[in-house]
Parts: sequence; structure tokens; C-alpha cells
Amino acid sequence: MSYGRIEALRQVSLHVHEGEIVALLGANGAGKTTTLRAISGLIKPQQGDILFDGSSLLASPAHRIVGQGIAQCPEGRRVFPTLTVEENLRLGAYLHRKDKEWVQEGQGKVWELFPRLHERRFQLAGTLSGGEQQMLAIARALMARPRLLLLDEPSLGLAPLLVQEIFRTIRAINAQGVTILLVEQNARLALKIAHRAYVLATGRVAVSGDAADLANDEKLRKAYLGAAPACS
Amino acid sequence: MELFLEQLVNGLTVGSVYSLVALGYTMVYGVMRLINFAHGELFMLGSYFGFTLLVSTNIGALGAGWGLIVIVLMAAGAMALLGILVERVAYAPLRESGRLAPVVSALGVSIFLQNAAMLIWGSRYRAYPVWAALDRRWQVGGVHITLMQVIILGVSIVLMLLLYFIIQRTTLGAAIRATAIDQDTARLMGIDVNAIIRFIFIIGPALGAVAGVMVGLYYRQIHFTMGWTYSLKAFTAAIMGGIGNIPGAMVGGMLLGILEMLGAGYISAAWKDVFVFIILIALLILRPTGLLGERVAEKV
Repeated sequence: MSYGRIEALRQVSLHVHEGEIVALLGANGAGKTTTLRAISGLIKPQQGDILFDGSSLLASPAHRIVGQGIAQCPEGRRVFPTLTVEENLRLGAYLHRKDKEWVQEGQGKVWELFPRLHERRFQLAGTLSGGEQQMLAIARALMARPRLLLLDEPSLGLAPLLVQEIFRTIRAINAQGVTILLVEQNARLALKIAHRAYVLATGRVAVSGDAADLANDEKLRKAYLGAAPACS
Repeated sequence: MELFLEQLVNGLTVGSVYSLVALGYTMVYGVMRLINFAHGELFMLGSYFGFTLLVSTNIGALGAGWGLIVIVLMAAGAMALLGILVERVAYAPLRESGRLAPVVSALGVSIFLQNAAMLIWGSRYRAYPVWAALDRRWQVGGVHITLMQVIILGVSIVLMLLLYFIIQRTTLGAAIRATAIDQDTARLMGIDVNAIIRFIFIIGPALGAVAGVMVGLYYRQIHFTMGWTYSLKAFTAAIMGGIGNIPGAMVGGMLLGILEMLGAGYISAAWKDVFVFIILIALLILRPTGLLGERVAEKV
């Protein structure tokens, strides 16, 4: 697959089984975000295929892929800053906008998961703190009630305590039956909550396996993940 | 004082026309970052379309009330269709080609439509047929107000309130604002960005056509170059309010109309266009983000 004119991914083959948390790790520029953008249909691979439930996603434009049960919480949160928290959430359920009850119910669940968002529901998203924006971005993706949730760097730029909270939430979301593909730079934490993991290096899958095994593999940590401290 | 009030009324009248046209510019810019130079031509064609309906059909016989409603609606519908067509033919194929190509394409569409209008309706001024009922005028505290002025102001304000409601209060409006901020993330929500763009190209030209018909009935003559003149002023109005900012375009248009007419009344009518463009240049130098200020940071 190439991104613009530069080939960014080659022979990346990964599988996510229902109910799993799968971590996608690797250094900057390894192709993690590109992989997620391809799954969501924002870019289309030149070769290869992306299957969901056995059928190809390549023919669907990005705005249809959400409807098939794949939601993405993009890198850098990307909440709509001049829209209120509630408007952001309503857009998360955009495809179901005619079904008021469905949207209300989804909002109810989100308030349970993130009570702080409920307090701020009439505030502009741009006025929230970084952690709150991350919660909003995740909540917005959940409003579509995805079966597969793609999370791109949810810990980016957050204080360690907040990162812990976000990861607890991710686990809770998974416990409710949502499959998760998690892109992270914070490998230690990601491997702690993931079932399996793939490590990308320069556009290819370098290593894959059980998260627990990878977490204990010193050589791997040094080679691909950097021996970085846990939270940063 | 009388001169001031008189020019204020005149200014609000032309100002609301500028506002209606400016909305088309600002909405397209907000969503696509494109200055749609063809927009002024759609305003002009809307005016000519209404002219043809008045001259060649029996709609005029419906009387000033129903006749006006029917003509305005038909012109708005026709320009909405043409707007979609222009978008499909001239802009949609260039969606991935950077920002300069669509601007050049827009200039091309503008020249094409202007010349088409000249070939169809001729290069001379055409007299707009006007119902006698629209000639009514009142004198309020020494100020003359015509029925047509009241209609222009009333119709414009109702349409702008309606648009404001759609943009600010509905989910569709939230989707439009979201698309203007970040198209990729909007797609991730399931928003069909192309459908939003089509919607913008229905609303903008329809509002322009309403303005075009009303300008014809107000000044009673139209010319195939009027799109250019009005669009430059509407564009100035859009910049005044901060381009991409919908309430800004509404306020900017009104303000520009008032300044233009006060300049015409107190200084010299022949120089009124000069005032407008001095304002444009001054704004671009002193406050390029517009009077209503910068939009809150787009990316956090």
C-alpha cells in the first residue's frame, strides 16, 4: 500500500479476532496510523485486501465503513473544537440521526462511562482539557456502537494518571464486547491490556504474538520498542 | 438626520442582498476552502431566469403576491440545480488536485456563464417588468420606504434566520460545521462529505437567485455583468465578517450596504464603489480575519 506516492506499508498482514484487544506497536513512521486509516477507508491500498466479517471493505467509502461496525478514534483526538460536547457525540451517531431513541440511549451509556463529559455537555469541545478531549474522542467513536473500535494513540500527550484512567476505560469497553485494535507508542502499557500484539517496523510486521510473551522479551523491547519508561 | 435615515434604509436594502450572496461564498469557502467565483454568475442567471418567467409566461398575471412567490421559488430551484451541475462538472473532478486548480476552474465557469447569458439575453440592459402593486411607498418620519424595500429586507431576514437555525441547531448543521473543520474526521463519523458539499451548492445558489430576482425588481434593470459587480461586493462582505463565518457574512453584508449608501449620500454617489473597495483593502491590511474575529482554532 502506498500513501501519496510514498510506499508506507508492505505486506502487512494482521488479524483481529472478535472480543480481543490487539495492540499495534512500533516506532514513529512505522505505518501504524496508515494501517488504521486504510481500515477506516480514508486511504485505499493499491494492493491487498481488508476483510471484515469475511467481506472486503475496499469498495466502501469511509463514511459507509462506520455503518458496518468499525469506528475510529483518530490520532490527536480530532474532536470538533467549535462544536459542543453533545454535538460531537451526536455526530458520532450520525448514521442513526433519525433514530432519536437510539442516540439518546447511546448518550446515556457514554455518560455512565465518562460522567465528566455529562457535566460539560454544553461546553465547546475546544475548551476541554486534553484528557477530557481524549475521553470525548473515544465516547464519540462509541456512539456509533462499533463492533471493532480503532484507537490511535489514546495516551498521546496525557499525564500518567490520565493515561492509566484511559487504559482502564479501554479495558471496560472491551469487557462490554467491543473488539479493539489499539495503536500505541507506549508499548509497556499497551501490552499490559492487550491479548495479542503486532510490532511494525518500516512498514512491515516485524514481530507478532501473545502480548504477555512480547512484554517479557527483552531483546524485542530494545530492538523495536525502545527501553522507554512506562509512562511518558 | 433625514438623509441619514434614508440612506440607512437604502443601505439595509442593498446590504441584505449582499448578505444573501455573501452566504454562498462563505459556505463554500468554509467547507471546501474554495472561492467560488462562479457564484456571482448564478446570482445574475437567477435574476435573468426570473426576468424570462415574467416576460414569457403568465405567472405575472398571478399578481404581485403569488407571482413573486412563484417566480422566486422557481428561480431558486433552477439555480440550485445549476449549482449542483457546476459543482459536479467543474469542482468534483478536481477534489484531489490542490487548491489552485478549482479556483481557476471557478474563473472559467464564471466567464462561461457570463458569456452564455450575453448570448441568450443580449448585451444591453434589460428592463425588469415590475408589478404596479410593488410601487407602493410610505413616508415614515420623513423617510421614504418602498414596498419592495420592505420585501427585500423581510425575505432576507427570514431566509437568514432559517439558515442560521439549520446550521446551528440541527444535526445536519452540525455535520456541515464538522465538515468545515476537518473532512477526514467527519468521514469517520459516517458523514458523506460529498453530500454535504452538494447541499452547500443547493443552498448558496438558491439564496443567490432569490437575491437576483429581488435586485431586478428593485432596480428594474439588469445586465449580464451584474454578477461580477455584486459578487465583488458580496465577497467583500464575506471577508468583512470573516470568510467561512456564516453569521459574519450576514452582518458583513448589512454593514457594507450601510457604509456604501452613507458614503453615497454624504460624499458622492459616483464614488460609492470606491468606498467599498477602500474598506476591502483596509480590512485586508488591518484585520484580515474579519470583524467577527478569527474562528476558534481549527485543530487542537
